[in-house]
This record gives sequence, structure tokens and C-alpha cells, in this order.
Amino acid sequence: MDPSASKHLVVVGGGMVAQRLVEALRDRDAAGAWRITVLAEEPRRPYDRVALTSYFSGRDAEDLALGDPALWHDPLVTLVRDDKVVTIDRAARTVTTGRGRVEHYDHLVLATGSSAWVPPIEGADLPGVFVYRTIDDVAELRGYVEAMGQGKVVRGAVLGGGLLGLEAAGALQALGAQTTVLQVGTHLMSAQVDLGGGEALRRLINGLGVGVRLNAATTRIRPHRRGGVGRLDLADGGRLDADVVVIAAGVRPRDELARDAGLEIGARGGVVVDDTCLTSDPAISGVGEVACIQGACIGLVAPGYAMAEVTADRLLGGAAQFPGADTATKLKLSGVDVASFGDAFGQTPGALEIVWADPVAGVYKKLVMSDDARTLLGGVLVGDASAYASLRPMLGRELPGDPAAYLLPEGTGGAPDLELPDDAGVCSCNNVSAGAVRGAVTEQGCTDLGAVKACTKAGTSCGSCLPLVKKLVTGELTKQGITVSSALCEHFALSRAQLYDAIRVSGVRSFTEVVERFGTRQGARGCDICKPAIGSILATTAPAHVLEGERAALQDTNDHVMANLQKDGSYSVVPRIPGGEVTPAGLIAIGSVAEDFGLYTKITGGQRIDLFGARIDQLPLIWQRLVDAGFESGHAYGKSLRTVKSCVGSTWCRFGVQDSVALAVLLELRYRGLRSPHKIKLGVSGCARECAEARGKDVGVIATDKGWNLYVGGNGGFTPRHAQLLAEDLDTETLIRTIDRFLLYYVRTADRLQRTAPWVDDVEGGLDGVRAVVLEDSLGIAADLDAQMARHVLEYEDEWKATLEDPEKLRRFASFVNAPEVADPSLAYVPERGQVRPATADERDEAREAQLRGEPVLVAGSTLEVRR
Amino acid sequence: MTVMERTWVAVCRLDDLARERGAAALVDGVQVALFRLADDRVLAVQQHDPFCDAYVLSRGIVGSRAVDGAEVATVASPMHKQVFDLVTGRCLDPVGKEPVRGMSADLRVWPVRVVDDVVEVGA
Ligand code: SRM
Ligand SMILES: Cc1cc2nc3c(=O)[nH]c(=O)nc-3n(C[C@H](O)[C@H](O)[C@H](O)COP(=O)(O)OP(=O)(O)OC[C@H]3O[C@@H](n4cnc5c(N)ncnc54)[C@H](O)[C@@H]3O)c2cc1C
Ligand code: SF4
Ligand code: FES
Repeated sequence: MDPSASKHLVVVGGGMVAQRLVEALRDRDAAGAWRITVLAEEPRRPYDRVALTSYFSGRDAEDLALGDPALWHDPLVTLVRDDKVVTIDRAARTVTTGRGRVEHYDHLVLATGSSAWVPPIEGADLPGVFVYRTIDDVAELRGYVEAMGQGKVVRGAVLGGGLLGLEAAGALQALGAQTTVLQVGTHLMSAQVDLGGGEALRRLINGLGVGVRLNAATTRIRPHRRGGVGRLDLADGGRLDADVVVIAAGVRPRDELARDAGLEIGARGGVVVDDTCLTSDPAISGVGEVACIQGACIGLVAPGYAMAEVTADRLLGGAAQFPGADTATKLKLSGVDVASFGDAFGQTPGALEIVWADPVAGVYKKLVMSDDARTLLGGVLVGDASAYASLRPMLGRELPGDPAAYLLPEGTGGAPDLELPDDAGVCSCNNVSAGAVRGAVTEQGCTDLGAVKACTKAGTSCGSCLPLVKKLVTGELTKQGITVSSALCEHFALSRAQLYDAIRVSGVRSFTEVVERFGTRQGARGCDICKPAIGSILATTAPAHVLEGERAALQDTNDHVMANLQKDGSYSVVPRIPGGEVTPAGLIAIGSVAEDFGLYTKITGGQRIDLFGARIDQLPLIWQRLVDAGFESGHAYGKSLRTVKSCVGSTWCRFGVQDSVALAVLLELRYRGLRSPHKIKLGVSGCARECAEARGKDVGVIATDKGWNLYVGGNGGFTPRHAQLLAEDLDTETLIRTIDRFLLYYVRTADRLQRTAPWVDDVEGGLDGVRAVVLEDSLGIAADLDAQMARHVLEYEDEWKATLEDPEKLRRFASFVNAPEVADPSLAYVPERGQVRPATADERDEAREAQLRGEPVLVAGSTLEVRR
Repeated sequence: MTVMERTWVAVCRLDDLARERGAAALVDGVQVALFRLADDRVLAVQQHDPFCDAYVLSRGIVGSRAVDGAEVATVASPMHKQVFDLVTGRCLDPVGKEPVRGMSADLRVWPVRVVDDVVEVGA
């Protein structure tokens, strides 16, 4: 073989892809058609950059060498190290190096890779600030940390929460530094995994002892007094002390040579190549990270290797074409299993996502499937990527069997549910049938409750059908192999019950702490779903007044002003009337308040009196009068105990066998103010005739000759259910203890807005399961529940009375912050049956016109002294 | 050349507003809902809820939502839970409803500044 007869291939750059190109060409070019010169800037042979981090675990540079060293002794291969190419002369077909070497080429390959990108922040050039790309980079970093670490803890910061940043963080941690990752975006590894995966990943990273700050943009790196870096300033005003900083903010293709040579450059950098890897000059190819292929530079080695293979084939007269990039990635950080492949973000039109998340175990898995749920399009695996190896080859193919089975841990199966017939009405407000809800999932491709609501309008009015709609949607999705997340909302991946436990066990006391510890995103501030739910949870785990500090911001307007919002923006007031028992003086007091404030008055279905049409600024005045008359809040606004309805019972009724009123009053006073997942209502009847309709209540008590029968899980409302018998002939003490436990077990474990009837169904073992917990203490939590209720009873205070005593809380009731004495001018009322009601829009318009004509008006603003 | 001058109306002290809660104010006779966020930014949108025709938005729950990757401050109407972007006024979720009487689903917004602890609304 005569080298002088061969054509000359010059390769610029001696990185991973260059090595693969040389290997591939020498493999196939048995005839020696090409002799190869590799001009490399780095002072060593091509090495395994992908395994760079293992340099820290004691390996030296030699261990990272790639392939068979004999390659470089091949007479047709010349490797020139430590010499950087500085110019290309396309006309003369020569390249010139920094050391003055000039090589003539028949074909030139650019394999110059990328460089670490350093954002233009002040202080990025300080000693102690590193990038993470070459062996020299990591050797210097190691030396710096070791020198500094003599006897003290080194604080490390990594700018960038991508693949590279996390690897660097792991390496710093392994060197003994206390490390924090700063990610500019909303979640870690945002190029590879979605938000849910990013959140699971954050927990795993935290588990390694590495801190994570999201939405954290560094604006400045400040020096330390002793020299070197000392501190980072963040855009949000925060700061972080750091002795060593690694910048892993991304890479930029090293396309300088190509630019200078006038080759076509991609919009976002990189030398543009076609599918044969040729640049705009047919004598020059581009491979690896520097190549902009199919519109993008790809920061992964596998596509680079594919380009090397294509180029080798083409140089030998073949017709190979770049097959498209495989962007599958797996994080190499011990203890943190993360993989992402294919269409990880579900961008294919119609793609279905199957998500399985177990926040407790730190696992988040998602498969992206074609619209028929058969073909695997991609996936994200966090916390348990064991399925990665078998799934990745299945990309673009039909997955045999149920796709969800690939995600679930062993032996998980959902119990089948009773089927509603398709023509059964589900949402009466909007006249939507069960079939229509199912169809939204099966035919219209809705994959969550929100989409089904938007598509069918079910649940968009009064909302009471939502639990049923949700159940149907979940059922239908489950049939399609899609596991529905029980996440509370976008801010919490946990269900209400999980969150309750997390809050109770961790003892956190404020929303800010809860969202920071258990939320999906740093910096997020909750929503109208999670805030009231957390307000309600905190009310029983860390009781405080509804308007206390940050708690005030969690409440729906009803709880916030301790009244019920009406359609026109005014409020209704319901004083508590325990057991429905009220003195004539009490009735008169309520009546005179209603009269003085011109309130519409109605006896409620809950045996008490509702006063409607109060302005927000009138509420404290009204309540001052009611409190003075001995009344307290009836919590008609709260997800909490409402009423304990009673019949007249044995004291008057000729059939009564027990004093139902006395028990009802006792129970109402015991549970008043108890915040719960949904409202709770109790009923007590004095005999089996059941005049109190106790079996229509969440907790119903019916007197017997020997004591009390206890029924649970009754509901009126949207889905009426009769309560079921839990226990018979209990004495009063046992009865109360059992109700205590039942209520608190419900408070702890029910879903948000789940009433007791569906909750009992959901408890494992149903009614028997509930019985085992509250009567036999099968979970061993009874003492805990008893103590929690004792505390509730002890600490109860009337929230209205407490509010009236606190000027700070009273400030929340001003009509206008800059005009507290001006009444809301938008309120208008008309008379009806001797009282008032809100004027309709037409009536307001008519009144306005009548006023313009100078005629008398029937509509009156609430400020006017109307004989309403 | 005419220079448009914005007039700033002093409305209250920052301290008069509770964090992450709204308060209604009357600015030139118009009902404005002011919101003080967790970071003490103050934002202003109309108090009128276009979906229920009542003046209630200041009484909604303040929160945030991820919109195109950015965390956006929001308020949910206390009446029927429509969600609005507090900075732009844009309705982010009409919960399947239409505004009343052909009104815009998006809210009017006012510029707000805090000068020496005094909240001023640009009229
Ligand atoms: C005032 C009252 C009607 C009346 O004039 O009689 C009433 C009024 C409201 N009910 Fe009721 N319910 C009233 C008794 C009932 C009853 C009957 C009872 O308690 O004996 C039921 C059926 C029994 C039950 O709850 O199981 C009842 C089932 C509902 C439901 C459906 C709940 C369900 O599980 O499906 C809702 C909607 C909800 O809570 O989500 C509801 C919601 C409401 C709300 C809170 C709607 C709202 O958010 O504005 C109304 C507030 C009125 C107000 O401003 O005070 N109300 N509501 C009754 C007040 C009782 C009280 O003294 O506190
Ligand atoms: C820590 C780390 C972990 C990684 N992990 C993974 C992973 O898990 N999976 C994955 O797929 N990828 C990973 N990568 C990326 C992967 O290493 C690169 O995609 C791959 O090395 C690209 O190969 P390349 O030859 O195109 O460029 P490089 O390997 O970067 O080589 C280019 C070489 O060209 C030299 N050069 C540049 N300009 C000139 C010039 N003018 N003259 C002479 N020489 C020049 C450079 O000095 C360099 O040595 C990782 C990278 C790092 C840094
Ligand atoms: S339940 Fe029976 S006994 Fe009790 S009051 Fe009604 S009728 Fe009388
Ligand atoms: S919204 Fe469905 S029944 Fe009211």
C-alpha cells in the first residue's frame, strides 16, 4: 500500500466523532484509498467525553481513551495533537494550524465539536469559575476544590440544571462540596423531561443532598475578600454563597473556521450540512456537534457517530444518508435514574400521554402514544428508568398489550367500577349524558377533566356533577390504559389525602412552607383549588383563625368574609342555631337585625335563618349586633360542619325514646368550626320515625330503647344516598367517640370536595373498612384521632367574635380601600312579597332610563333607606 | 409635539393591602380591584366580573399559573372561578362560559406604582 497514491483526508478536531470517523474509514477502506490526518487542539488522543465525570472517581485521563490505541499507529493515520487549525483556504484546499503546519486536503471534515457557553455575566472570569467540557477543565476543577477544601466545607454552585449541570453537581458533591444547582427555567432537565418529571427529578436530586433553586437566574458573580469567587447574585434579589462555580449553561458549536471560510452557517450556529453530511462546499463535510443537520446542532454523541458513519461510507463511494437523530438520553448520575426518548413532550398531533406518578416513591413515568394508544412515540422515566432499555427500541412500533403495564409497578390493578348506562344524565345543568362524557374521552381525545368540561360543558355550571364526571373520565381513561393523576392541581402532584399526611407529619404551618416543600414548582403561588384545600388542611393540623396572617389569602371569599357570596356580590348571614333550638328573644334579635339592615329573610332547609343582601362593609356591624345577642358564626360559608338537624325528641314528642335535641345541640357545639374536605351535616332523630331525616346526613343518629344507632355516609344534594348503619345501640360516650373518629378519618383521607358517601365507597373495604378503623382501631390511629378532636373542641373560638375584637382583621371589610364609607354603588334591589331581591339587568336598565325621564324609580341602591 | 402625561391617583398605603389578597378602590368613580402580590408588587384590574356582571373580582383568590413556561400571577373570580392574568388582564380560563351582555372576557388593567409606601394608580 503506497500512502502517496492515496487521497488525503484532513479532519479538524480530535474528539469523539473524529475518532469514530477514522475508525469507520480504516475499517472499511481496506484498499487504502484514503490517508488521514487528524489535527487536534487538545493535547491528548480522542477520549470519552461522555464519561468525563468518571474522571473524578479516581480514574486518570488514560482510562478515558477511546477504542483500540493501535488505530493511531496505522501508517495511513496521522494524529497531530496540541495544534489548532486557524484557517482554511478553500481555493487552495489547504488548512493552516497555529504552529504553522499546512496540510493540503482532497477532502476536509470539520469535527470541531462545541464549546461550553458562558453567559455574559459579570464575574464569570473570576478564579473558581469553571466550565465542564474537557479533561483539562475537570482536572482544574478537582484541583481547585481539593486545595480549597483543606479542613473546611466548600460550597459549590452549578449554573444550569440540564443533563450536564446535574452531572457536574454530582461530581462536586462527590468531591465533598455542598452543592446547589441553579436552574433558570421552571424545572430540571427541561430539554428532556416535562414539568412533572422535572419535579420528581428535583426530589431525587435533593435526596442526594444537592440543593435545587428553580427560576434562578444569576445576574452577577462576586469575588470573595480572599480572592476567587464568593457569592452569586440572583435576578429575584436572592443570593447564594459559593466558593466554586461550574457553568453548565449550554454549548455553542465551534463553527469559527467554517464561518471564516464562508461556508453556510445555521441560524443558531453550526455549519450547515445535508443528509450526506456535506457542507455548502462539496469538498468539506461537517460531523458531530459542530454540524447543523436537518436544521439543528445536536449535543449528543449518537447522532455524531451516525454522521461519522455516513461520511465514511460516502468517502468510499457509498450512498448512505443521515437517518435522523435519535435524541434519547439517560442521565448518568448514580442514584438518579432519568431517561427521555422520542417525542417526550407529546408534540405529535393527537398524541396521548400515559402518566404514572408516585411522589412518595419519587417515581414519575410517562409514555407518549399515538392517538390510538398503540404506537409508542416517546417517553420520560424519572426515578425508575428500568423500562428504558426495552422501551427505547420499541419507538415508532406498536406496544404489545396494555401500555400502562409498562409503567406500573408489579401487581397493580384497578378494581372495575359499576357502569352507568350511556343515556343516563350526568350533568343536569347542561344536560350532558354519561355517553357524551365517555365520548369526549374516546372520540374527541380529551385526556383530562378540564378537556372534558370544555368539550361537553358538563360540570361548568353548579359543579355538583364534577365528582361523577371525573369518575367517568377516569374510568374511560383507565380503559384506555391511561392512569389518571390524583394530583390536586398544577401546583401539587399529591392528592389531598397525601398532602394532608405530608403537612400533618412535617408540621408545616403556612401555605408558603407547604408550596415550597411539596409544590411542583418553586415560586408558584397556588390557585383557587389548592389554596382553599390547604387552608382547610391547616385548619385541623395547625389551627388558627381563618384571617390569621397568610391564612387569610387562602380562603375563598365566603370563608374570608365569613358570609356567603350572592349573585350580585352581596352576602348572606347565617347565625348558628344549634339543633334548631332557638329562644323567642333570639328570634326577635335576628328579626330586628334583619329589619334594621333591610335584609331578605328566609328559614333555611337546615333549621336556621338566613339573612340575605348584606354589603361587605355591613358584615361587621351586623355581626356586632348578633354577637351581642349571644349568636355565633353558623359556618354556612365553610367546608365544615353546617348543622345538626334534630327532631323535637322525647322531651315533648309522645313517641320519642331519647332526647334528640339535647344530643343534637351537644354534637353541633362539639363539631362547630371543624374544617373538612366538604361540608358535613348531622341529624338526630328521637325515634325510628326519623323526623330529622338523619339517614340523609353524613352522620345520622337515631334513638333506640337502648341507646343510639349510628349511620354514616348519607347525602342529599346532587347524588342522594341513604346513610348506612355503622353501629347499634351505642351509649352516648361511645357514640361521640365513634363520630369523632369517623369525622377526623374523613377529614384526613377524603379527596377535595368529596362528600362522605363517595368517600366511604373509596375507603379500602368500604363501610367495613371504616368500621375497622373507627371501632376496632385497625390502623392504630384512634388515639391520635381522639387527641386531635379533643384539641379541636378545646381550641374552638367563634371566628366572628374574634374578628370583631381585632381592628387589623376588620380592615378587610371596607367597601373601598380609599373610600370605606362609600357603599358599593352597583347594588340595586326591587321589592317582592314584602321583602327585597336583587334587581335584574333589565330592571336596572329600565330604572336608569326612568331616572333620566325624571320618573319615580322602583330600584333602590342599598344605601337608600328603602322600605324594602 | 404633545407629551401625554399620565396622572397618578394616590389610593392607599401599601400597608392597607394584605399580601396575596385584593381590595376594591374607587378611581375617578370607577371600581378598580387592587392586588398586592407575595413580592409586594401591586397590580390593578377592573372590579367588574364580566362573566357574572357583579363587582367582585378583588375578592377572588390570588395565585399563579404556568403559561408558556412562565409563572403568571392570577386571580380566580370568587363567583364562578374564571381565571385572569393579573398583569395583562387576559382571561386564561373562561371555565366554559361566555361573558354577559357581549362584554370582553379580558379585563381592563391599570398601571400601578408604589411611591414612598403610597399606592398610586395611573388614570
Ligand atoms: C340556605 C340553604 C337553602 C335554604 O334556603 O334552605 C342552602 C343554600 C346553599 N346551598 Fe345548600 N342550602 C341549604 C340546605 C341544603 C340542604 C338541606 C339540608 O342541609 O338539610 C342540602 C341537601 C342535604 C345535603 O347537603 O346532603 C343542600 C345541598 C347543597 C349542595 C349539594 C351538596 C351535594 O353533596 O351534592 C350544594 C352545592 C355544594 O355544596 O357544592 C349546596 C350549596 C349551597 C350554597 C352554599 C351555594 C353557594 O355556594 O352559594 C347556598 C348558599 C346559600 C347562602 O348564601 O346561604 N347545598 N343544601 C340551606 C342552608 C342550610 C343551613 O342552614 O345551613
Ligand atoms: C460531561 C459531559 C457528559 C456528556 N454526556 C453525554 C451523554 O451522556 N450522552 C451523549 O450522547 N452525549 C454526552 N455528552 C456530549 C458528547 O460528549 C458530545 O456530543 C460528543 O463529544 C461530540 O463529539 P464531537 O467530536 O462532535 O465533539 P468533541 O468531542 O467536543 O470534540 C471536538 C474536538 O475538536 C477540537 N477542536 C475544536 N476546534 C478545533 C480546531 N480549530 N482545531 C483543532 N481542534 C479543534 C476540540 O478541542 C475537541 O477536542 C457529554 C458531554 C460532556 C462534556
Ligand atoms: S322522631 Fe319520632 S319521636 Fe322523634 S320527634 Fe319525631 S316523631 Fe317524635
Ligand atoms: S354543572 Fe353539572 S349539574 Fe350543575
